[in-house]
Amino acid sequence: MESIPFYFLAALAVLAALGVVVMRDPVYSALALAVVLTALAGLYVLLSAPFLAAAQVMIYAGAILILFVFVIMLLSPGREGDAPRGALKWQRPLAVIFGGALVAQLALVLLMTILPTGRGLYTPEYLAQIGSTQAVGAALFTDYLLPFEITSLLLLVAMVGVIVLAKKKS
Amino acid sequence: MTLDPIVITLIEAVVKTIVVIVALLTAFAYLTLVERYVIAKIQSRIGPNRVGAIGGIALLQPIADAIKMIFKEDFWPSQADKIIYTIAPGIAVGTALLAWAVMPLHPSTEIFGYRVDFFIADVNIGVLYLLAIGSLGVYGIVLGGWGSNNKYSMLGALRSTAQMISYEVSLGLALVGVLMISGSLSLVTIVEKQSFIWNVVWQPLGFIIYFIAAVAEVNRLPFDLPEAETELVAGYQTEYSSLKFALFYMAEYINMITVSAIAATMFLGGYQGPFGILPGVHWLVLKIMFFIFVMMWMRGTLPRFRYDQLMRFGWQVLLPLALANIFITALVMLVVGA
Repeated sequence: MESIPFYFLAALAVLAALGVVVMRDPVYSALALAVVLTALAGLYVLLSAPFLAAAQVMIYAGAILILFVFVIMLLSPGREGDAPRGALKWQRPLAVIFGGALVAQLALVLLMTILPTGRGLYTPEYLAQIGSTQAVGAALFTDYLLPFEITSLLLLVAMVGVIVLAKKKS
Repeated sequence: MTLDPIVITLIEAVVKTIVVIVALLTAFAYLTLVERYVIAKIQSRIGPNRVGAIGGIALLQPIADAIKMIFKEDFWPSQADKIIYTIAPGIAVGTALLAWAVMPLHPSTEIFGYRVDFFIADVNIGVLYLLAIGSLGVYGIVLGGWGSNNKYSMLGALRSTAQMISYEVSLGLALVGVLMISGSLSLVTIVEKQSFIWNVVWQPLGFIIYFIAAVAEVNRLPFDLPEAETELVAGYQTEYSSLKFALFYMAEYINMITVSAIAATMFLGGYQGPFGILPGVHWLVLKIMFFIFVMMWMRGTLPRFRYDQLMRFGWQVLLPLALANIFITALVMLVVGA
C-alpha cells in the first residue's frame, strides 16, 4: 500500500527526466524538469522530510525554473534541430566521466543503506520525534554551520558580480 | 460492517475536498457580482439589476454570465502551442485550489461522537506549503502568455514573472515574523495560538507588507501590470476566450480569496473571534470578505503603477522593510525572552 505512491512518483520522475533530455523544444524541457522536481518533492514527503519537499518546490520549481523559462522565452532560441551540430565536442567524454561518477556515488549510497552499520542518524522515527524542520535547522546551524555560511558568501559574491556586470556602461 | 480506518480517512478527505471546492467556486461566482456592485457604487453607477433581480440585486447574474461564457467561440490563435495553450488555465486554477488543502476553517468539534477536523490536512509545514503552491501559480500565467504566440500575451507573461518573483520574496519574509512568535509552521497551531490576541497586534508592519505583496501576487490593481489593458490589450489572457478565459478569471478570484484567507489566518486569528468570542468559520468568512472588499476598493480608487515604479517599490521599499521587521521581531523576542 505504501509503495504505490513511491513507484508512481519514481516512474513519473524518471519519465519526466527522460523528457528533459529528449524534448526538442526548450520550453517543454523546462516543464519536464518542473515535473521532475515536483515528483522528487513528493518522494521527500514519503521519506518523512516535508520541509525539504516544500523548499524543493518553492526554490527549484517556483523560483529557479521560472527564471529558466523566463530566459528561454526572452531569447526564444527555437527548436534544437536548428542549432549547428557538434559545436561542443568535449561535451561527450565529459558527460561519460560525470555520469560514471554519479552512478558510482549512487551505488555507494545504496550500499550504505543496505548495510546495517551504514544507517544514518535521521531515521523516520527520529524525525517524527523532533520534526523535520527542526532537524534541518539543527543540522544547518550546528554541524554544517561553516559550509552553510560559505555557501551564502558564495551566493553573495555571485550577486555582486551580476550587479557589477549588469551596471557596466558600454 | 466496519470500515478500514484508512478508507474512512480517505472518504473524509474526499468529502471535505468536494465541499471546499464547491464553496470556493460558488464564492467565485458571486464575488464577480459583488465586485461589479462595489465598483458601480464607487463610480456612482447602479450596476447589474436585470437578471433575476430581487430588490434591485441581480441574483442570477453569475449564472447568466457563465452560460454566456460557455457559448462563446473557443478561439485558437494560429501557431499557438496547442498543448501549453490548453493546460495553462488548468494550472492556474489547480494551483489556486490546492492552497486550500491546509487552511483551517473551523475549530475541531465532536459530531455524533466522531471528532471532525475542519481542515483537509494539518501538515506541520503548512505555511511553507502555501508559499510553495503560490510560487507554482505563476506557471499558469507564464505558459498562457507564451503559448498564445502573441506579443501582448508574451509581454504580460514576462512582466508577471518578474513581478510575482519579486513580490513573493517580501510576501514570504513578511510571514516569517508570525512564524517566529508562533514557533510553528502549522497553520492549525498558528490559529490556535491566537485564541486571545491576534498576531497583528505584535506584527503590524508584517501585516501591511504581507497585504501589499499579496495584492501584487494576485495581480490586482494597482499592481495589475500583467494585464494592463491600456498597454497590453489584456496581457497574458489576450487570446483566451470561452471556458479557458473563464478558468483564468476563476483562478484570479480564488487567489484573491486564498491570500485573504492567509492574511486572516496568519495575522487576524483565522476562525478565532476577537478576545476569544464564539470561535467559528463565520469569523473567517467575515475577515476574508473584509480583505476582498479592500481589494475591490483599491481597484476602484488607485491608478496603476508604472513598471519601473513597481520594481523599485518591491525591491527597495518592501524587501528592506520586511527584513527590518524580522530583525526587530528577533530583537524584541531576545530582550523579552519569549
